Amino acid sequence: MSTHETTEVPDGAKAVDPTDPNLTYREVLEEGLRRDEIEIVHYEPQFPVPGTKAEKRVERLVAFLLLLCGLAAIAFVVIYVSPLGQPEEYHFGSNNWDWFTPLLGFTLGLSLFGIGMAILVYGKKLLPHEIAVQQRHNDPSSPDDRALAAGTLGFIGSEFNIQRRPLIKGALGLGGLGLGAAAVVVPVGMLLKDPHKGDPGGHDPYMTTGWNPEAFNNGKPVRMVREDHTPVRPEDVSTGGQMTVFPDVPGGTTNEHADSPVLLIHLRDEDAQTLRDNLHKYPVNAMDGGSMWNNFVAYSKICTHAGCPASLYEQQTNRLLCPCHQSQFLITDNAKPIFGPAARRLPMLAIGVDDEGFLVARRDFDVSVGPAYWERPSK
Amino acid sequence: MKRRKVDLKALPGATANAVDERFKVARPLRGILNKVFPDHWSFLLGEIALFSFIVLLLTGTFMALFFDPSMTEVKYDGSYTPLRGQEMSHAYASSLDLSFDVRGGLVVRQMHHWAALLFVAAIIVHMFRIFFTGAYRKPRETNWIIGLLLFWLAFLEGFAGYSLPDDALSGTGLRIATGIMLSIPVIGTWVTSSLFGGEFPGHVILDRLYIVHVFLIPLVLLALITIHITLVFIQKHTQWPGPGRTNSNVVGERFFPRYVMKQAGFFMLVFAVIAAMGGLFQINPIWLFGPYRAAVVSAGSQPDWYVMFLDGSTRLMPAWELTFSIAGHQYMIPGIFWPTVVLPGILTVLPMAWPFIEARKNKDKSIHNLAQRPRDVPQRTALGAMAVSFYIVLLISGGNDIIADKFHISLNAMTWAGRIGLLVIPPLAYYITHRIALGLQQHDREVLAHGVETGIIKRLPNGAFVEIHQPLAPVDDHGHPEELPYVNWTVPKKMNRLGALGPAIRGFFKPIEVPVKPQLPPAPEKEREKTSV
Repeated sequence: MSTHETTEVPDGAKAVDPTDPNLTYREVLEEGLRRDEIEIVHYEPQFPVPGTKAEKRVERLVAFLLLLCGLAAIAFVVIYVSPLGQPEEYHFGSNNWDWFTPLLGFTLGLSLFGIGMAILVYGKKLLPHEIAVQQRHNDPSSPDDRALAAGTLGFIGSEFNIQRRPLIKGALGLGGLGLGAAAVVVPVGMLLKDPHKGDPGGHDPYMTTGWNPEAFNNGKPVRMVREDHTPVRPEDVSTGGQMTVFPDVPGGTTNEHADSPVLLIHLRDEDAQTLRDNLHKYPVNAMDGGSMWNNFVAYSKICTHAGCPASLYEQQTNRLLCPCHQSQFLITDNAKPIFGPAARRLPMLAIGVDDEGFLVARRDFDVSVGPAYWERPSK
Repeated sequence: MKRRKVDLKALPGATANAVDERFKVARPLRGILNKVFPDHWSFLLGEIALFSFIVLLLTGTFMALFFDPSMTEVKYDGSYTPLRGQEMSHAYASSLDLSFDVRGGLVVRQMHHWAALLFVAAIIVHMFRIFFTGAYRKPRETNWIIGLLLFWLAFLEGFAGYSLPDDALSGTGLRIATGIMLSIPVIGTWVTSSLFGGEFPGHVILDRLYIVHVFLIPLVLLALITIHITLVFIQKHTQWPGPGRTNSNVVGERFFPRYVMKQAGFFMLVFAVIAAMGGLFQINPIWLFGPYRAAVVSAGSQPDWYVMFLDGSTRLMPAWELTFSIAGHQYMIPGIFWPTVVLPGILTVLPMAWPFIEARKNKDKSIHNLAQRPRDVPQRTALGAMAVSFYIVLLISGGNDIIADKFHISLNAMTWAGRIGLLVIPPLAYYITHRIALGLQQHDREVLAHGVETGIIKRLPNGAFVEIHQPLAPVDDHGHPEELPYVNWTVPKKMNRLGALGPAIRGFFKPIEVPVKPQLPPAPEKEREKTSV
């Protein structure tokens, strides 16, 4: 769209009155184009002789594509209402329902393909081909326009005349500041939550897990349970085996305690000995040396890198791999990170066996579980 | 009573008058109908993104009628038997219902997911086109910045959508996002706890992500896309150089009718591809992953492809944790901060500043409406290749566990290859691309000076072999072609480009029209006289 009407006629051209009823459409179009500084420099009908075989072919193709669109759409509707969709129950293995979604997608795609191609073929093969040239206007606004706009803005500024009214100026500054603060405080303040408060008994959620006896179990050591809430006896885990266990507290197996899952590992004798020899290397996990129970050891499953469950345990090498970013922890070296982006060991949970012979956590983790953060105590 | 007959012939004119009396649209309408658009396949990449976005709005609105983001635990009793009786969030259960109990819901869900993947892919390829042809230069810097914002919004929108079904992969992704947020110095824990309403995962995050996904980001996307396209309209599209094409004109077709038909047909084709993919290719089978449980993850956990480069950078990052003490307190910056917060920050700011950096470097203040061939700006092209190769190394590293598994390569070797590759490959890509661009430039000049290689080898009387060149320009008295100037556009390099081999015969099974017989060009008048004597 040109921003200014060009009514002056170039030399040699006749002035055209678009309201003249004797003009053809083409002549009116060209007058409009001239006013918009557009020129059609090349205009070529696809089929100069109307009604040739080739033109008919293209017409038939467009008609076929439109029919294809309609037929495929009808097929889509038929499949949609057919008994293929929505059985009472879905089981593993192949059944008729497997065809429902693919057929819907195929017929819908085919139908849209039909209409799309019909439009394209019509446009590209039947409409005349042209090359049009339109002038751009790269210049900015004219100096006059700029001066007029600047002057207008200047006058509006002088109408406010805020410089002459220091009282309002000051009040505006203060008022604006206050309103701005309120605008920030409302959304931020509503969302804001102190990260280090919130667990029962005033415990810091970043330092407390479901294994904390004081916060969640009335001071009694928390039992280890499977996902179905059944407690675990040492003999339930075969030598060299491992098991994911959860704290036996309300919601302990759910995401309510997303930082509590623990991997309980029953090491072979020689591996357990290696671990015991290595325990002193890292003061946090070393605890009192009795954090293991016989050949059993429990490590937090929450990766110290980004919090994924580090849950792929390679029994032969005693390595634990986190599948998210491939950090690897060597269990027999006190869960030391030996490869990948994790920088800290998995925290160890001190375990024991209660009077009924079930495995328990003797106390909560000594360190913050999971990914690191700015103020994380690094003891 | 006299009944007035409706004159059908005069109806369109009368309606047009009535409309114009009220809205005064005749002139803007003419302007739009006549507006000239340049045409080239590479100008349609952004359209793919726009069309996928429309499909996303359509399918997403449908899904919103059935999805419930509540995190309340329910016992599933829908028609998918393997998960019956399992405890899961309402969000996951309603996603399963959408897949199994809403007739045709799965097709729509999969179309939505494929459209999202295509949306981001099209944005990225479109961005490459803009970069490598210099289409971001003055006066289009603003639109380049808006485009970058659109990319990051699409990224966030996609991630929010990926998190909503609350399957095992969603939850794992969210948990990693928590790890990333926690790593932000000073405010990490505050940001995380505030967004999640407490400790991860809390009870509100899906409700919040839901409103972000279906309202906030789409609203901003829609607004920015509108501005993006309006600016293309106002500033007019760039065009390739070529005969009659200058910096101050647009050569192409009028907007109506042909150009618009091509656009409409293309939209339907994009829609068709998304519909077919939504039906034929399974994507994100959440019923196989199960509900999110903090203790559960499977090998080969991959995010959507557009997040993979950040996953890759996270995997390649060495285990560097910075600890230091301020006023007796220990503080730390976790290693994950660099590849997931700092790197995206650089990737946002640097490209935004690039048009201005380049203009400053070249002391260039002029308006550019002609796209540049990548070979003509070797430094920029090489720099772009460097960035692309950096991105690809990260992208591949985001799936290095799958590659290690499928090709029986050590996982650790893959990680090391990525770490080394990230440092070595981009400079190499710069050097190689730079050389290729210069080589192509040189070849263009050579053809302009000496002509097209004909493939005809001639043996000279002295036994030497030479190839005959077809000059592009008229020859001088000694038979040497004049050297043509380079005009920033394709140089014909094959004989059939010159029309010397005759046109290909049209028609697939049999010729549609009688082929033109290859002929010699008519000889100039003077020579004809000579030969006739």
